[in-house]
Amino acid sequence: MSQSNQTILDARGLSKSFGALKVTNDVSLQVATGEALGIIGPNGAGKSTLFNLIAGTLPVDAGHIVIAGRDVTRTTAGVRCRMGVGRTYQIPKPFDGMTVLENLLVAATNGGGQSMDEATASAIDILDRLGLGELADTQASQLRLLDRKRLEMARALATQPRLLLLDEIAGGLTEQECEGLVATIKDIRAAGVSIIWIEHVVHALLAVVDRLVVINFGEVLAEGLPQETFRSREVQEIYLGIEA
Amino acid sequence: MSIQNWARLGLLIVAVAILVSGPYWASRGTMRLLIEVFYFLALAQLWNLLAGYSGLISVGQQAFVGLGGYAMFSLAMFAGVPILFALPLAGILTALIAWPTAFVAFRLSGPYFAIGTWVIAEVYRLVFAQIPALGGGSGISLPAGLVKAMASGRSARESLIYWIALAIMLVVVLGIWIVMRSRVGLSLSALRDNEEAAVSVGVRTRSLKFVIYIATAGMTGLIGALIFVQKLRITPEAAFSVTDWSVLVIFIVVIGGIGTLEGPILGCILFFVLREYLADLGAWYMIILGTISVVIMLVEPRGLWGLILRWRNITVFPVTRRK
Repeated sequence: MSQSNQTILDARGLSKSFGALKVTNDVSLQVATGEALGIIGPNGAGKSTLFNLIAGTLPVDAGHIVIAGRDVTRTTAGVRCRMGVGRTYQIPKPFDGMTVLENLLVAATNGGGQSMDEATASAIDILDRLGLGELADTQASQLRLLDRKRLEMARALATQPRLLLLDEIAGGLTEQECEGLVATIKDIRAAGVSIIWIEHVVHALLAVVDRLVVINFGEVLAEGLPQETFRSREVQEIYLGIEA
Repeated sequence: MSIQNWARLGLLIVAVAILVSGPYWASRGTMRLLIEVFYFLALAQLWNLLAGYSGLISVGQQAFVGLGGYAMFSLAMFAGVPILFALPLAGILTALIAWPTAFVAFRLSGPYFAIGTWVIAEVYRLVFAQIPALGGGSGISLPAGLVKAMASGRSARESLIYWIALAIMLVVVLGIWIVMRSRVGLSLSALRDNEEAAVSVGVRTRSLKFVIYIATAGMTGLIGALIFVQKLRITPEAAFSVTDWSVLVIFIVVIGGIGTLEGPILGCILFFVLREYLADLGAWYMIILGTISVVIMLVEPRGLWGLILRWRNITVFPVTRRK
């Protein structure tokens, strides 16, 4: 019982195949309440698929997912969102026909269970914090890519998550914007939200997370304290191998 | 409220007052025309709610027009329900039948859903053509006694039908406006724009689709019931006509401006103007309608309302949601 209070996410033995391709192979992940976990790995390692499994967008082939003490393995993404799992998409999926503010209102009234008035207040607050305040009444289809990415995060926050899944949100930011993003994520975390963050911009990631998981070919390759894990020989080999 | 809002509200009230007083100033022919305008506008707004605001493109709303009409005739003729009570009951019955229909239709999505709804409507048409008690393929007329029991005298009856049609139209337009300003409306638009993302922000997409489909079907059934009370005669061909209740309705919404409340109103006006002048041309009439819609889609995909927006950024009902 005590574990349910301290562990927001307990995923065990997750596997997923697309045809003959094993994208996720026996992955287990635990996230403590209030913890920030970073995930790195080469392109195609199965990181986003792992998010889809945790968020419920894809059903698992095998394994169990327990969120806040409740087994949610067979539930839909909608149920998990209403339980407090918020997620962003690596390729933004805004509601194009609606304004930025309306995008957040949908999330706050459904996933966040708020009334329209509460939702409006919290949405405006989130937009201001993420620097989208001036774009509140802009149609989402008019946004440039960086703002679309910001909107992804804003919309996920509007669902009032207890566990926030961030999928590559720092790519393409300037150094200054990146610092701002790191500060924002630290604030979110300080407010008690647990975070799993997939990111290629490693220095931003290492500035925030408590623990790092390295995924390669759909499996957990290494796990541990961020700096140590990132500097370990096998991780450097993967990364140098890619960057060389 | 700002002066603009007061002006807008004032204009709406004046417009509604003029329409409500119709039976006191309009000729019989004008009233018949206005009744048609009202129910076509209501059908167009309902289709716009489904397709424009919620992304559920149905080509089978004639199923519910027909079901409403036949439910109305059956209730009045076989169950002895007075016509005024049978109208809302027909709407409710249609919604009830739409419920299992939705289970079938929602097994499909996108273009398959569109075709599926059409096929379902055809099935209903064929079924009703097989029922001898309802006149089979040649249809049936509403007995004069039942019609006369509606109101004392022909003009009183026509006024009554006029006011019911107007009321239904106003309820539909205002209802959609209220829905679209609520969280339900936001969720519907989210569902239309990106269903996967809608699910992942907690929208109950499945139940939402069912509710909106069934509610729309019920209102469409009520309108169908009224249409055939006015026409006094129903046949499977007329009741389940894809041309009348889907093609023309889609024409109205698309040329007016889909995903807005103003668009279908403009589209409806244009449609009736064209019809008054062109209906005598037979097949050419439909060819001209088709050509006009193609030209409008090419020039301004947002329809007539989009053309007006280019010229001036105004809004009557601030619930436009389109890409």
